[in-house]
Amino acid sequence: MVEMFLPKNSEVQKGKAHAAPAGAKNVRRFQVYRYDPDKGDNPRIDTYDVDMDTCGPMVLDALLKIKDEMDQTLTLRRSCREGICGSCAMNIDGRNTLACLKPIDECNGDVKVYPLPHMDVIKDLVPDLTHVYAQYASIEPWMKSDTPAPPNAERRQSPDERAKLDGLWECILCFCCSTSCPSYWWNGDKYLGPAILLQASRWINDSRDEATGERLDNLEDPFRLYRCHTIMNCTQTCPKGLNPAKAIADIKSKMVERQG
Amino acid sequence: MNPSNNSLRSPLGRVRGLGSAKEGTHHWWAQRVTAVALIPLTIWFVYSLLGLAGGDLAAFTGWLSSPINATLMTLVVAVGFHHAQLGLQVVFEDYVVGHATRIAINMIVKFLCYGLGALSIVSILIVAFGR
Repeated sequence: MVEMFLPKNSEVQKGKAHAAPAGAKNVRRFQVYRYDPDKGDNPRIDTYDVDMDTCGPMVLDALLKIKDEMDQTLTLRRSCREGICGSCAMNIDGRNTLACLKPIDECNGDVKVYPLPHMDVIKDLVPDLTHVYAQYASIEPWMKSDTPAPPNAERRQSPDERAKLDGLWECILCFCCSTSCPSYWWNGDKYLGPAILLQASRWINDSRDEATGERLDNLEDPFRLYRCHTIMNCTQTCPKGLNPAKAIADIKSKMVERQG
Repeated sequence: MNPSNNSLRSPLGRVRGLGSAKEGTHHWWAQRVTAVALIPLTIWFVYSLLGLAGGDLAAFTGWLSSPINATLMTLVVAVGFHHAQLGLQVVFEDYVVGHATRIAINMIVKFLCYGLGALSIVSILIVAFGR
């Protein structure tokens, strides 16, 4: 029932220290989580003293500088470096965010960099997203409509109807929110989590979609939807300033609304 | 978090699992309705107890003999225990791993809450009708 002991390889150990290059005057220390499940060693925290005079302002700049100049074995995901791809989502200074949008100046003391919490780690800062992607597929995130689209024209939507998608379409699926949610930590096998529920809300609120009821049926479940206990970590951590908790509340209110 | 068993089932197959329970809203909404009902009931209950503070047995039995007080007291107990059962069920669903254990614990919680609720209501009625 209750697990009294941590699984093997849970304890994080002290790792290697990488000194700043000689002559560096403006040095900031980074503490970075390192783990390679294939090696069988415990995870460790490596420290990197980075010369800030030759480093860009964001945490991603420092991580890439570390990989380029100090330690090529450091593994992380990154792509757009401007907060639109969601690849570099990680836990920085105790909060899930995008490394490319997080200024180093805003971190307290040593900059602590961990992977997204409570996910299986593939290596270092790269979490296994297989399960969340499957959960995303399960809500069928595409337009479902029995009415054929008008010939040679788009499906029309009034400005008011389009406005209902604002605050939903901007989600980049970085999963900062889902991995900050304690309810998702404990029951993520069945609970869909804030990111996926916000995406579900994006389709439920699309006036062109004709499967609204079917989508609600799919979420009518004590675990898929109702594990949300309005803890609000999702909304607090979202690097895009979105409000997944409100999207979930909207789904719940539609569930009640359709009962009469 | 990811199921770390040796199953070769596809990730989507695992997520879809046995399908949605087609249930959950009723429980969630009942929790809200009982919570709202408990606001005035609790205020009335605390207010009444303060008025009875320092009273002897006759004062309490006399108070509970009034139909209004007996009715409201029955509601406090019935709604209170129902709300407690709904809330505890959520707590155990959150934290207890394993389907069989979860079912067993929630059954015990239901027996306790409804048993204690029934006992309280019978006690109220015995005092109200003056044995």
